[in-house]
Amino acid sequence: MLEPLIYELSTPGRPGHRFPDPDVPRADLPAGMTRKELMLPELSELEVVRHFVRLSQLNHAIDTGFYPLGSCSMKYNPKVNEDAARLPGFAHSHPLQDLSTQQGSLALMFRLQQWLKEIGGFAGVSLQPAAGAHGELSGILMIRAYHHQRGQPQRNKILVPDSAHGTNPATTTMSGLRVVELPSDARGNVDLEALRAECDETVAGLMLTNPNTLGLFEEHVQEVVRLVHDAGGLVYGDGANMNALLGVVRPGDLGFDVLHFNLHKTFSTPHGGGGPGAGPVGVGDQLLDYLPGPVVAELEPETEDLPPLYGLEMPPKSIGRVKAFHGHFGMHVRAYSYIRSYGRSGMRAIADHAVLNANYLMAGLRQTYQVPFDRRCMHEFVAEGRFEFAPEIHALDISKRLMDYGFHPPTNYFPLIIREALMIEPTETESKPTLDAFVEAMLAIAEEARSEPELLKGAPHSTPFGRMDEVQAAKQLVLCCRPAELAPANP
Amino acid sequence: MSYIPHTESERRQMMAAVGVESIDQLFADVPAEVRFPELDLPEPASELEILEELQLLSEANLNTREAACFLGAGAYNHYIPSVVDHILRRNEFYTAYTPYQPEISQGTLQAIFEYQSLMCFLTGMEVSNASHYDGATALAEAAILALNVHQGRRDKLVLTPGIHPQYREVVRTYLQGQPLEIVGDDSLGSRPETYLDERTSLVAVQYPDFFGNIVDYASLAAAAHAVGALVCVVANPIALGLLKPPSEFGADVVVGDGQPLGIPLSFGGPTIGFFATRQEYVRKMSGRLVGETSDSRGQRGYVLTLTPREQHIRRGRATSNICTNQGLMALAVTAYLSSVGRGGLRKVAELCYHKAHYAAEQIAAVEGFQLWNREPFFHEFVIRCPKPPAQLNQHLLDHDILGGYDLGQEYPELEGHMLLAVTELIHKQDIDDLAAALREAVDA
Repeated sequence: MLEPLIYELSTPGRPGHRFPDPDVPRADLPAGMTRKELMLPELSELEVVRHFVRLSQLNHAIDTGFYPLGSCSMKYNPKVNEDAARLPGFAHSHPLQDLSTQQGSLALMFRLQQWLKEIGGFAGVSLQPAAGAHGELSGILMIRAYHHQRGQPQRNKILVPDSAHGTNPATTTMSGLRVVELPSDARGNVDLEALRAECDETVAGLMLTNPNTLGLFEEHVQEVVRLVHDAGGLVYGDGANMNALLGVVRPGDLGFDVLHFNLHKTFSTPHGGGGPGAGPVGVGDQLLDYLPGPVVAELEPETEDLPPLYGLEMPPKSIGRVKAFHGHFGMHVRAYSYIRSYGRSGMRAIADHAVLNANYLMAGLRQTYQVPFDRRCMHEFVAEGRFEFAPEIHALDISKRLMDYGFHPPTNYFPLIIREALMIEPTETESKPTLDAFVEAMLAIAEEARSEPELLKGAPHSTPFGRMDEVQAAKQLVLCCRPAELAPANP
Repeated sequence: MSYIPHTESERRQMMAAVGVESIDQLFADVPAEVRFPELDLPEPASELEILEELQLLSEANLNTREAACFLGAGAYNHYIPSVVDHILRRNEFYTAYTPYQPEISQGTLQAIFEYQSLMCFLTGMEVSNASHYDGATALAEAAILALNVHQGRRDKLVLTPGIHPQYREVVRTYLQGQPLEIVGDDSLGSRPETYLDERTSLVAVQYPDFFGNIVDYASLAAAAHAVGALVCVVANPIALGLLKPPSEFGADVVVGDGQPLGIPLSFGGPTIGFFATRQEYVRKMSGRLVGETSDSRGQRGYVLTLTPREQHIRRGRATSNICTNQGLMALAVTAYLSSVGRGGLRKVAELCYHKAHYAAEQIAAVEGFQLWNREPFFHEFVIRCPKPPAQLNQHLLDHDILGGYDLGQEYPELEGHMLLAVTELIHKQDIDDLAAALREAVDA
């Protein structure tokens, strides 16, 4: 059933949330500066609650079903993390309070910085970036500042493999640098010859996702890093796929100079229907002074009677602030709680099971769906959503049909280098029965593609909405409800 | 505590299906000399232990429920109706991803569409995107929009000293790689009009400004438009419940931080950056956009639209690299504005206004303290203090009062001045206590 828009549910004069009357004398309002109308809806609290609860029921979510969206790490979001972030001392403290009244938050951030350094193999971490792309921007600006500081502003070229997330080239452009795309080789790795050819005195750095978006561990990673370093460039790691590496290998140990973590992928903070995430950056020694800041520092060490004193410090050559205040602190609390729960011995179990689950799914599907590289995968893999016997069927049709089986489709049409790509990432929190049911559905869909292709072309059938007309949305461009369309309250 | 469900027997069956005898074998591609490092992390803990530990950490902070908060400066302690968090805690909202598959994401998509509508009406603008990280990054994105509108032919950006100092820092960070001059904010007395010329892509102002002043920017906007520059207004959204929307004095872009609309302080984040502009710039603006359409069954529905502007399609030529934004925070704003409604937002704004004016009066009546603002102000104002603000604030803390922001930290001209904010959560008694404590601090 369609849920009306909030404005359509509004009734003039309906009393909403009540605030008290002022307990001070009223002051004169600023002459000529007050607004005449304010077009906000008027609803009772019950109407508001029903509206949003009904809307929520139109969503697929991790908590309602399997969500194997590649490169997104849709793992379970522990509930205790939600409670922790809402503790009054965290949720209701002001970012500019005197630091003596914020020692709890600063201690938490300091420890999280330490843990991320340890997990990534880095010399320093800044928690400021708000999302993965924001961490990328921070990282590439650091690389740029580093070369400028060393008197090498001609280094303006960032190498980006063709399998990279779109944010990598977009970040490079935003940072005022130039993108050069590198091809992949026949095994899904960076093409070493192409890399060698680009490694000259204009190279500022390389952005590398490892495992890459094909779900493959870069087989020559050390060679790739060495080539870039020998040419005087630095290596940026896109940490979107860090879930495969927890306790398995530290990017810093592989020679990465900077990497962003996605707390909302690897460290279980919820995706929130498109954020907020958090994208802390870790760096090696060379970029330590360039971190966006301020960062949390231990100003005075712990003594017998006193805990350590924490404060904020601006790294000496910092690229500056990338955000107001201290980053997404609420996400820091959740990630802290998550890391604390797995701890030293549990961290590797996350990667182990994420990778086992992905390989198990791949084994179940590869007889039916083409997998372009004959290799073990890491935490995700890419299959081709097409059949020789049914050329009219596309990855999109398979994706939409999966909804009828109660599953969220994989990431589709990415990476761009694979035809009809279906990028599948199960994560470690899914059980074998769920994976088996998914394989069963995928095999059933392949069978339907042969026997009843119209079932796929018309899918989804069992969801409250059918396929959306995206062309109409872009052509007619209705981006907000227009006053003229505001219907009077339903009779 | 672990959230991994596998039993030993399932693990064995799965390894057999994959064709390995141990999980280690799955990582054969990883260079052996750096594989499986020992991590120096704490031992795993149970949920009970983690909550105890976090409870202790949270109690080491002073929170705004234990103290009267007169601190604002870009983050404001407002009342959040209970209904807002109950909506945010719906699993279907907070455990969903960006709505790439519209057939099973209509909840998120319609809520964003409603958010865009609410922000258009609040700011008076024609289009709003689905969000930026915060007010500061929204301002930086507005600067980038202006550069794009002028297709890189204008290389000057005029900021004003009345914009939040951290916002101005973020703009400089974002644009450090662009050949661009950023001017206009080096001293309190600088006047933006004097910087306007044919090279200017954008002039940005804050409303109310960082010192709380309610300024009518109509003449500045006219002057900026006369040289072809765009005007960006950084607005406080609660103030917009009472004040003229920036569209009425010529804003081309309205940005700001939506935190006051139903988002807890949370030590400064996450919040949300709102971004609204004119229809003519819609294809140049960054960020997600939700548009109305219909489905194969003829039902009205919503999708992410104009995606060719975005990084996942256009890659190196995208308008921004933004991907994950502040979806759940947009939902908080939508739930807040829906529940307080037309009358409620105006009332909150007026409560702030009246209480702030009462507070300014009471403080200015204390010997040695003086109101600095010469223009009408909204819910923040500047007080010249007879003693260093840091010292006064220490004294106030002893009385469970969080005093104002020490302006001398960022504005040398304003050494000895304090910026105080008053919201609907402050009672008359809190204000009287503050005045009394200040009197006592000076006498001491």
